[in-house]
Amino acid sequence: MWNRFATPSGMDRRHFMSHMAGASALMGSSLAMGNSLRLHADEMKKNNKSAILLWMGGGPATIDLWDLKPGTSNGGPFKPIATSGSAQICEHLPLMAKQMHNMAIVRSMSTREADHNRGRYYMHTGFVPDPNIEHPSYGSVIAHELMGQREGLTIPPFVSVGGASEGPGFLGMAWAPFAVSNNGRVRDLGSPDSLDQQRLMQRMAALNMIETGFNNQKRGSAGEDHRKILGKTLDVMTSKQMEAFKVDKEPAEVRERYGRGFGEGCLLARRLVEAGVPFVEVDLGGWDMHMNIHTTLSTTKLPELDKAMSALMEDLAQRGLLENTAVIWMGEFGRTPRINGDAGRDHWARAWSTVVGGAGIKGGIAVGATNEDGTEIASEPYSSEDLMASVCKALGISLETTFQSRSGRPMKIANGGKIITELFA
Amino acid sequence: MSSSPLKTMLRICSPRFIVTMVAGFALMVLGAVTSPIVSAATSGSPQKGGSPSVPPQVEKINTSIAATWKDYSLKPSPMEDDLKWCRRVFLNILGRIPSFEEIQEFAKDKSPNRKQLLVDRLLNDDRYTEEYAANWSTIWANVLIGRNGGMEDRSLTNREGMLKYLRDCFARNRPYNDMVYELVTATGSSKPGTENFNGATNFLAMKVNEEEGVQATSAVSRTFLGLQVQCTQCHNHPFNEWKQQKFWEFNAFFRQTKSLRRFISGTRDVAHIELVDEDFSGESRRPDKADLFYQMRNGVTKVAYPVFVDGTAIDKSGYVQQINRRQELGKLMMQSPYMDKMIVNRMWAHFMTYGFTRPIDDLGPHNPSSNPELLEELGKEFRNSSYDLKQLMTWIVLSDPYQRSSRITADNVTDDPTVGEPPRFTHFYAKQMRAEELYQSLVVATQADRKGSLEEQEQRRSNWLRQFVVAFGTDEGDETSTFNGSIPQSLMMFNGDLMKEATSLEAGSWLQRISTTAAPAAEKVQYLFAAGLARKAKPEELNTAKSLLDARKNDTAAMLQDLWWAILNSNEFIINH
Repeated sequence: MWNRFATPSGMDRRHFMSHMAGASALMGSSLAMGNSLRLHADEMKKNNKSAILLWMGGGPATIDLWDLKPGTSNGGPFKPIATSGSAQICEHLPLMAKQMHNMAIVRSMSTREADHNRGRYYMHTGFVPDPNIEHPSYGSVIAHELMGQREGLTIPPFVSVGGASEGPGFLGMAWAPFAVSNNGRVRDLGSPDSLDQQRLMQRMAALNMIETGFNNQKRGSAGEDHRKILGKTLDVMTSKQMEAFKVDKEPAEVRERYGRGFGEGCLLARRLVEAGVPFVEVDLGGWDMHMNIHTTLSTTKLPELDKAMSALMEDLAQRGLLENTAVIWMGEFGRTPRINGDAGRDHWARAWSTVVGGAGIKGGIAVGATNEDGTEIASEPYSSEDLMASVCKALGISLETTFQSRSGRPMKIANGGKIITELFA
Repeated sequence: MSSSPLKTMLRICSPRFIVTMVAGFALMVLGAVTSPIVSAATSGSPQKGGSPSVPPQVEKINTSIAATWKDYSLKPSPMEDDLKWCRRVFLNILGRIPSFEEIQEFAKDKSPNRKQLLVDRLLNDDRYTEEYAANWSTIWANVLIGRNGGMEDRSLTNREGMLKYLRDCFARNRPYNDMVYELVTATGSSKPGTENFNGATNFLAMKVNEEEGVQATSAVSRTFLGLQVQCTQCHNHPFNEWKQQKFWEFNAFFRQTKSLRRFISGTRDVAHIELVDEDFSGESRRPDKADLFYQMRNGVTKVAYPVFVDGTAIDKSGYVQQINRRQELGKLMMQSPYMDKMIVNRMWAHFMTYGFTRPIDDLGPHNPSSNPELLEELGKEFRNSSYDLKQLMTWIVLSDPYQRSSRITADNVTDDPTVGEPPRFTHFYAKQMRAEELYQSLVVATQADRKGSLEEQEQRRSNWLRQFVVAFGTDEGDETSTFNGSIPQSLMMFNGDLMKEATSLEAGSWLQRISTTAAPAAEKVQYLFAAGLARKAKPEELNTAKSLLDARKNDTAAMLQDLWWAILNSNEFIINH
């Protein structure tokens, strides 16, 4: 699997650095630029695990997807169907039903943030928003932890597909998501012919001098962050591994199987994981259905999700990637069990579901339960922190890992969440 | 303040260099062949156009902030270099860096109050009116309808209508309170050129129809009063004094308001909307006491009528003829000290990078302010100024803390808001330009993107800006920007079309004109550093330029192109410091 890091040719970072050494003699400038952080390489054993987060922006009605309440006034029109696992799911997810032996539904998520921004932040970081500190998101944390195991990865370790994800917080912009659209097209990559590469290196040397001079004046962290990004930008412009972004290189039948839009994003996620990227988030928005929810779900949203997500699961399994890849499906919260006057559902964080699988997580099960009408949980509650801790465990990341915020505050990974033990039985 | 940067500028721009600059830009500003050194030496008395003095409010800011420094045993950084301050002021007031000629104009001004004179020029000189209005209308459109407002599928918002209204406000310097009243009470059509056009309607166009005006409730209270009520929509928030009842009482003010869709004839496509106030009969169908109901978390249903945040109740009638609820709300807001504090906090944060509270639009009692007395005091002063935004801007940019260097010293290194500490304003907090500021800086300072008609230019600008907007696809229209210092931004700066244009050597381009003047190469290099970074090139930078010139086989134009690319890509360029 790791031979995927073919020896880079052309102009990658190392090549660049050696050119810079030449340019350095020419320019007489110091060239410490682009020393990317290589952390934690010590403690952990070789770890080639990755995670794909399928982010359902807007808050999906999990009562209509994964935890149906047929026959109650809250149930809505959808019927449950059997799956390849033991749990039943919505009839409008027939393709996913065949993949559920690899997935676990956590039906007792219970959180407190029912506002989009707050919920998105909390589910992405494990922390409630705090105006005085920005916590790093899932992708930044996991990329930061696993990057040390990715010698030779020259593309960004955290890719956000079709959305913006959440930021790196106090880990700094070097761990920010690299945002691309579903089709993987990266803007402004520059053409290798447009400017001769030697000239680019000379420009970079001049740029480096100005950057360094500015940072030496101690005008705050923004300047340092800027400088760290430059080397990464060159990587993106020159790395052969950028091929992974070219979804259109896939055979037509594969592309057809995944579907367009979000499906392309999922296909891109598989390609990136295959190339060694530790964390990919794929966004599917539009779940904020305050009106006519069941029509929208059955005619557009669920078919789109079903096709793409099932293709991803199937593909990962067939390629043997699933044992090393955690897949997480979640949004910022669930939706009200009670159907409102506009035939919609509003925000509901007290009782809802997430779905996880892969990387050793036990599939085919439902963990926890909600009460009869779906308004409350009827078993031990699980939080964003708990889910994140469980994902970290699946990825082989120690839950003893502690970060330090810029102010020196120690912060435990996953905010000290506890592992959802049923997922690892 | 040090005079060395001034000398620097004068040295950069030798008279010969000016005269030989291509006709038009340099000459126009600097006048005849007169050496700026000579004219600077003879000036010193106030310039034509009167001499604005430092307003007393500046002293209030200075005293209050200095007291904070003392309280926390901090020492402020030295005063910033005047030219860097000048760049700062241009960015904050006009939304772009100064052109070389504009820095030059400032640098050669020897009068003791040249800073006041500059601020006065930027705010009041006719040549800047349009740019000033364009900058502030863009900023406010982003506040009122978001960067994505009007771009959504089936949007009811007309972005151009919103901008037109705002441009008009800022061009005429409409008092802030009038603007707020109009935005909150507006009726009419959203689209320019239609009957009853009133661009102010676009603020609420998409916030009143769905979910019983919940969006209008939270947007109005947050944007203009600094009160965050959105969480109390569903439950009493543990850390917020606002209770659920207050949310729905505030919401009741919007229940007469509707966005009526006007269709393109013969289609189902919305052409624009008409914002109207109609009789509200109440959920119990008793218009003389028009009520609404909401459900508490425990399932109990409660009733609400319009009551302002300070507890003032208005008549319960839902008949517009008897009580126009939004107009009543507008009047009550005009009396609220929260309105004064909110705008002061917003403007302070705009100029000083951090406001007195975090986030800036949460002034509730649960959220402590770094400088409560100053915030209160400036709120009152602003009210007494008849809500003149230009005066408020003047107080801030002429204040001591705004003029401090962005260099952090050993004596104020603990004043670091990036780690979560409350800001103490001991130094200017450097921050990256907004996408709009970068664009405008490249357009004005390097004359990129000047092709085509004004409409075409505006279209290109809007397309360019849109590439960075990511909508989260929620009803609230939440969004974020990828113009945040991450790799996509950097790729755009390295390779994007706009940058290609800014560094183009095509005939007639800015860089080409500089490269073809008769000045020595070293002077041209200085010109680039002055235009891009408002400073002189350092010796090692001149050496680099020399090496580049060798590498380019003595092609000066190509060397300048390389250097300009490096300057524009630098942290020093894109970070307002």
